[in-house]
Amino acid sequence: MTNTSMAAAGPAAADVLDYPMPRTVGCPFDPPPVLRELQAEAPITRVRLWDGSTPWLITRYDDQRALLAGPRISSDITHPHFPNTSPGFNERRRQARTFISMDDPEHARLRRMVTASFAIKRVEALRQAIQKIVDALIDDLLAGPKPADLVKAFALPVPSLVICELLGVPYADHGFFQANSKVLIKRDTPLDEALAAQQRLLGYLDRLVGDKLASPGDDLLSQVAGRVKTGDLSRHDAAAMGQLLLVAGHETTANMIALGTLTLLQHPRQLAILREADDPKVIAGAVEELLRYLTIVHNGRRRVALEDIEIGGQVIRAGDGVILANDIGNRDPAAFGDPDRLDIGRDARRHVTFGFGVHQCLGQNLARVELQVVYGTLYRRIPTLRLAADLGQVPFKHDGLVYGVYELPVTW
Amino acid sequence: MKVTVDQDKCISSGQCVLAVPDVFDQREEDGIVVLLNPSPPTGLAEDVKQAAARCPARAITVED
Repeated sequence: MTNTSMAAAGPAAADVLDYPMPRTVGCPFDPPPVLRELQAEAPITRVRLWDGSTPWLITRYDDQRALLAGPRISSDITHPHFPNTSPGFNERRRQARTFISMDDPEHARLRRMVTASFAIKRVEALRQAIQKIVDALIDDLLAGPKPADLVKAFALPVPSLVICELLGVPYADHGFFQANSKVLIKRDTPLDEALAAQQRLLGYLDRLVGDKLASPGDDLLSQVAGRVKTGDLSRHDAAAMGQLLLVAGHETTANMIALGTLTLLQHPRQLAILREADDPKVIAGAVEELLRYLTIVHNGRRRVALEDIEIGGQVIRAGDGVILANDIGNRDPAAFGDPDRLDIGRDARRHVTFGFGVHQCLGQNLARVELQVVYGTLYRRIPTLRLAADLGQVPFKHDGLVYGVYELPVTW
Repeated sequence: MKVTVDQDKCISSGQCVLAVPDVFDQREEDGIVVLLNPSPPTGLAEDVKQAAARCPARAITVED
């Protein structure tokens, strides 16, 4: 490992870079280029966050997997040195703590309460219902005015309808939960606004848990409520888990639908291959490649070291913050050849878009089926789909916890 | 080829089932891995190795 000035920089050094970095204007699909430089020259280096703290930034794919796979780093959000994404972030998560902010064994105990619903066979069984949702929304889109905003008309409704069905949340309330989710997923939302939005969501989920306790249905929130009845889960924790599933269940996939569509529209040859493919494996492969290429969790996965860790010629001390920049990890030339090229024909399945280790995304297989149905249907049903604005006018979620577009004006 | 799985480590990610459904399945109640065939045929060797490599919980061990 070369010991460059950046790699050797201590917390007080003037050349410690601020994180996250901005993307290059005109390159909205690529990670900030400075991450590529760090990956090549200082793959384990300190960066400075908004609060002045200087956690370690891990940019290489192999290092990210090695760290995420083991118990040496912690997801415990109550740790005083846990890298804070924004003024409101850690506090908000502490007040509605779920298994994503905990370590084993409590993490595993809580997560296993909901894993059955996300097993391969269970999400495959939803494929036809998802297809019907997608078909109906495309019918409505085609019958409506153009240009249309693909986010509002399609990208948000698809996963919202699916997670509502799975959880047993009334879709009629989508205006309420989407509006409050939108507050939570902006990186720079002030603490009081974030907490207020979270309180509204928690109150809503608490009422639903109460309903499910009184008259359980055949849905996931009823199962979670059942754990309250058996004493395995507090009512507050049940509402927090419901909130996590509802917000994570629609926001992330919605961003992949809209941003993935925009990406394909900018890569017409790749889009043509996808549109003309008869083999479901081609569509599934395109989903994995777009997940890799876009890596919408673009503020890094955050952890804190539980012990001294020697890695890549550096020593991360117990108690140091650690950030895994999976967006650049998925563009590591040591893991993926020609990594900045979108190639839906490559085998991208080992990407770290959903993370790695025990915290790997619970909903990943549901997201896969949703995206396979969407990418396999939308461009065939609307072969003339095109952007109804200049790329430069599209509002990207640079300030989002998860990357995407706020709106996507399209016509056909 | 001999395959073993560690159900205590497993986090129900299902990546093994996606890779080799003939060798791996998931428990109905919590999605934890079930090993269908501890001695898969040579033809599946590469897929089984992929499943082990992709397991986020490192719960799959493969011996040649």
